[in-house]
Amino acid sequence: MAEMTYAEAAKLALQQEMVRDTRVWALGEDLGSIGGIAGQYRGLQAQFGRERVLDTPISESTIMGAAVGAAICGTRPVVELRYADFGLCATDEIVNQAAKIRYMFNGQARVPVVIRQPIGIQKGCAAQHSQSTEAWWVHVPGLVVVAPATPADNHGLLKAAIRSDDPVIYLEHKELWPTRGEVDESRGPLRLGQAERLTDGNDVTIVTWSKMRHVCFASQKILNEKGMSAEVIDLRTLWPWDRDMVLQSVRRTGRLLVVHEAVRVGGFGAEIAAEVGEALWRELKGPVRRLGGPRSPVPYAEPLENLFRITPEQVSNTATKMVKES
Amino acid sequence: MPPQRTLQMYRTMQLIRSFEEAAGTAFHDGRIRGPVHQYVGQEAIAAGVCANLKPTDYIASYHRGHGHAIAKGADIGRMMKELLGREGGTCGGKGGSMHIADFSVGMLGANGVVADGVTIAVGAAQAVKLLRQDRIVVAFFGDGAVNRGPLLEAFNWAMIYGLPVLFVCEDNQYAATVRTADLTAGEGIVARARSFGIPSESVDGNDVVAVHDLAEKLIAKIRRGEGPALIHATAYRWYGHFAHDSGAYRDPEAHRRALAGDPLERCRSWLLEQGMKDEELDGFAIQELVEKALKEAEAAPMPAPREAFTEIQDLGAEAWPR
Repeated sequence: MAEMTYAEAAKLALQQEMVRDTRVWALGEDLGSIGGIAGQYRGLQAQFGRERVLDTPISESTIMGAAVGAAICGTRPVVELRYADFGLCATDEIVNQAAKIRYMFNGQARVPVVIRQPIGIQKGCAAQHSQSTEAWWVHVPGLVVVAPATPADNHGLLKAAIRSDDPVIYLEHKELWPTRGEVDESRGPLRLGQAERLTDGNDVTIVTWSKMRHVCFASQKILNEKGMSAEVIDLRTLWPWDRDMVLQSVRRTGRLLVVHEAVRVGGFGAEIAAEVGEALWRELKGPVRRLGGPRSPVPYAEPLENLFRITPEQVSNTATKMVKES
Repeated sequence: MPPQRTLQMYRTMQLIRSFEEAAGTAFHDGRIRGPVHQYVGQEAIAAGVCANLKPTDYIASYHRGHGHAIAKGADIGRMMKELLGREGGTCGGKGGSMHIADFSVGMLGANGVVADGVTIAVGAAQAVKLLRQDRIVVAFFGDGAVNRGPLLEAFNWAMIYGLPVLFVCEDNQYAATVRTADLTAGEGIVARARSFGIPSESVDGNDVVAVHDLAEKLIAKIRRGEGPALIHATAYRWYGHFAHDSGAYRDPEAHRRALAGDPLERCRSWLLEQGMKDEELDGFAIQELVEKALKEAEAAPMPAPREAFTEIQDLGAEAWPR
């Protein structure tokens, strides 16, 4: 075990996978000179050479299209798109090519590509560098969608994503890069599609992912002080999501709150709410609730930006209200 | 050029022409349900370029992709089944005409999105380089693609990394239904490619021998590791953008003149001049091959419903039955 940052954990995972499998390589902007925008590739170009850690021009369409071409011809590219907001420049290649080639060619090729595009609000980054786009990708058949929240998960899930034969949208959170945690360096890949239950609780199930995991975990302490307990579940993989763990928990607590930083309207929380509602409506003690961002671009100024950050207090207040009203 | 080699290209062109005419008929009488973009009039380009390729080389194509698949050696029986959406088609009936692909012969797929095959091709070339393989990649695209950003990104990309890729712009003069010249600034695709430093040349795409010779020259350079090159081949699209487009927006007189440039007639005259006999040129039983392919496709079963839910993804695919 070693303590390291979320960025260092990702680097370790990629490094280990590149040693293990020479077909694995990385491409994107600024990977060599500064080791990636958050240092998540630091030292890898020196270790593996310029061909396997490839600095690319700012050409998102071709970064992605070339990765698809290289993936169907026997390599396993890890694509860095820098920000989810820039990933949108490669949307066509992700949706129309990466996600569809295996299907429309009936399995003649698979597209083993990892598409890293960091999400979330990052201090002062404003409207075009703060979006959480996970729901957009979950909607596309063919894609796996992963959103790690801790250094250990970033290590184990990135390994799993690299070994997956499916195209994986891999959404790190920008404000998690410097966060620290214990990582078992010798550990293999985590299982994609498996959530983690952080706390045991009786009154409400809180389902979340990415940075909001930490916010929800903190909210549990407030709830405990008020004499209530929540079962906090970090999905970790959004598609496929761990429906079994969520249903099992909600069956016990009778209440579900979904928390995500992304815009609430049309967010992935709506899908979870609908699925749980369809499956468990007789057992629910009250309506499923969602907390998410307002349907507005993220503003720049601090007091405005803060309105878009979900706090532990908001989560515990919502959960408390849910318990009291039913 | 030995006449026998040209004769082989003539056979390929005949096969493409006949396949495409049959596909057009099958579309018009309702046997093919989806869009069919016929390659009639452009046969010399696929035939001339692909005659220089090895089975292990890759090609990436676009929505008008049947000709490239045939020239690279795809089986027309399986292709016709794909067009009719049948079991046993190249893509099991899940792709159709616009997604014809045959990886067993290095045909990485036709593509429904203009210019996307080009970025895929440069990526394939990157894999070839990373894996130290002895292959090259050909990216076919139409003149309509010249105004898409990813195409220009891919030019830059292929050049900076010195990738083994031949770009082939098939200039049939129309971007769907509009004259490309009316919507394209500057001096054209050759000038654009040269501005990236890519060796680029134009050729009469109705002349299979000229296409072959230019491709041979450029491919030799690419195989030597000298980086990408581009061919701009001019031709004429005989039919509309797709089979349900009559092409009525074209000037009838210019249309008649353009048809006179028939690449098959041109090749035939050349071969006759070289002393070949009509029987040699017509001895391939092409019509029979295509009729057989169509007949077998019509007799083939439709894909089983469960096939709709296979090959989506390993993890989290929709299940059948629901």
